[in-house]
Amino acid sequence: MGIAEQGEVLIAGTADAGGEALVLTRPISFWGGVDPKSGRIADPRHPEAGDNVAGRVLFLPGTIGSSSASAVLLELVRAGAAPAAIILHEADAILLLGLIVAHEMGWSHPPALRLDRERHGAFAGLYAEIHADGRISA
Amino acid sequence: MTLVLSAEERAIAGGERGAGAATAMRIVAESARLLGAPRLIPIASAHIDGALYHGDSGTLFAERLVEGGARVAVRSTLNVGALDLTGCSQVRLAEPERGMARRMMGAYRALGCETSWTCAPYQAGHRPAFGSDVAWGESNAVVFCNSVLGARTNRYGDFLDIACAIAGRAPDYGLHRAENRRATVRFDLSAIDSGFLGSDIAWPILGSLYGREIGDAVGIVTGIAADPGEDALKAFGAAAASSGAVGLFHMDGVTPEAKAGAAGTELVAEIRVTDDMVRAAQGRLSTAEKPERIDAVAIGSPHLSLAEFDALERLLAGRRLAVPVYACTGRHVLPELERRGTRETLEAAGVVIVADTCVVVTPILEPLESGVLMTNSGKFAHYAPGNTGYSVLYASLADCVESAVSGRLRISGSR
Repeated sequence: MGIAEQGEVLIAGTADAGGEALVLTRPISFWGGVDPKSGRIADPRHPEAGDNVAGRVLFLPGTIGSSSASAVLLELVRAGAAPAAIILHEADAILLLGLIVAHEMGWSHPPALRLDRERHGAFAGLYAEIHADGRISA
Repeated sequence: MTLVLSAEERAIAGGERGAGAATAMRIVAESARLLGAPRLIPIASAHIDGALYHGDSGTLFAERLVEGGARVAVRSTLNVGALDLTGCSQVRLAEPERGMARRMMGAYRALGCETSWTCAPYQAGHRPAFGSDVAWGESNAVVFCNSVLGARTNRYGDFLDIACAIAGRAPDYGLHRAENRRATVRFDLSAIDSGFLGSDIAWPILGSLYGREIGDAVGIVTGIAADPGEDALKAFGAAAASSGAVGLFHMDGVTPEAKAGAAGTELVAEIRVTDDMVRAAQGRLSTAEKPERIDAVAIGSPHLSLAEFDALERLLAGRRLAVPVYACTGRHVLPELERRGTRETLEAAGVVIVADTCVVVTPILEPLESGVLMTNSGKFAHYAPGNTGYSVLYASLADCVESAVSGRLRISGSR
C-alpha cells in the first residue's frame, strides 16, 4: 500500500525526482557535516554518520546554520552528489541558496519542498517520488 | 507575506542591465521570497565573505557574474581569501586548488570589489553610518557593524553577499527592521571581579560565554564601569559570533543604540554572570591539557590593528622567538608597520606576518600530528582544532609571547 503527502514546493527541480528516502533523525550542518565531493555524512556525532545523501530523497528535520551551507550544496550539485530531492521541515534560505545559484548556473538540480517533520518518518527506506505539484508519494 | 518588486527591480531581473545584474537581482529576490520579506531595500555598502575558496563551483559562479558584465553597485570590501597575495607568508595550498583560489580572488576584484582582504574592514576605513542598511558577511564583521557602528545588516553568506552588492539591494527582513534589534536578554557583569574585567583575556572569554548562553537572541551587556575600547569590543563580538549565532549585541552606556535608548527595555530573561561561569568558559576555550611545549602562537582573529601590533612589539622587547608567532592582519596595516620599522623588527625576531588571509581558513601552519597552538583569540580558539588539527591553548597575549620566546608553556597569574 502506498503513502502520499502534500508538500509545499520551495524550489522547483529541473526534472522529475525520485529516490530511496533518507530520513535524518537530527538536524545537520552541511558545512563540516556533509562531504562536498561525495555526499557522505561526515560529522561523526550525527546519528546517520556514514550514510550518503547522493541520489536520495533527503528528509531534514532541521538545519544548523553555517552560512557556507549553500556553498556545500552547490558543490554537491556540481559533483553529481546532491540528493534527488530535499524535504525540509522549515524553509532554510541559506541552504536553499545553493539551489537558487545552481539554477542560475544552468545546472540540473533537485527540488526542495516543505513538509512537517512529523510526516517524514513514514517514508524511511521507501522509494519516494516527488511530483511537480508538491505531492510526495511512496 | 508576498514579495513585491518595483518595476525597476523586475526590469533588472529580466535582463535590462545585462546577464550578470539579472542573475544577482534574481538571487536576491528568490532569497527574499524564501525569507518572507515583503520588499527589497536599498543598501549603502557591502562586505563580501564569498571570495574564500571552498570548491570550484564558487569560482565558476563568480566568473559567470564577471562574464555577464556585473559590477558592484555600492562600496564593497572583501573579506579574507585563501592566499596571501602580499607575499608576507607562505600558504601551503597545492594545485589545482591554488589556481582556482587565485581565479576566485581575481573574479571578485573584476566585479569592482575593493581588495581589502580583511575580516576587520571596520578598521580599514569601511565604517557605514549609524542607522544605514548594508549587506555584510563574515560573522565578526557583521556583529561589529550592527553593534559598535549601529549600521544594520543580517548575516549574509556566500552568494547572497555579492548578489546584494551587485543589485544594491537586500531583503527587508531581520536586523534591518528596528523592532528586531531590541534586546530581550540582559547579560549582567556586575558580579564579576573588576580586576578580571580590566585584563586582556576578559573580553574574548566573556564573548565566548555570551554566544553560548544567548544563541541567536539580541542581548544587552550591563554592569560594566567603563568602555572597554574598540579592540575589546571586536574580540568580544568575534568570540560571541563563533560560539553562538550572534548578529547584534548592545552594551549599556557603550554601543550607540544602547546610548540612544533604542536597545529596548522589555527584557524576557536575565543572565547574571558569575566568576565560576567565567572560569568554565575560559576552560572551554582550550583543548590542550597543560602541555610542556608549544609549537606555534597565532594571533589576529579578527585581524590585528596597529595598536595590537604595538602591544606585541612591546611585550617582545627585542627578544628572539623559539617558536613562530603568526600575526594575522590586513594589508591596510602594512604601510604603517613598514614606516615605523615594526615589520622589520618583528620579522627579525621570528614573527610571521600573515596578510590577506589567516591560519584557520587556509593551510599555513606546519602540518603536525599533535601540534599545540597557543592563542589570545577566542575565535582562533574555537576554530583551530577543527580546521588545523592543532589542539589549542587560550591565554593572554603576554603569556603567548613569553611561551613563544621560551618554547615552553608559560602561564602567569592566578587565572
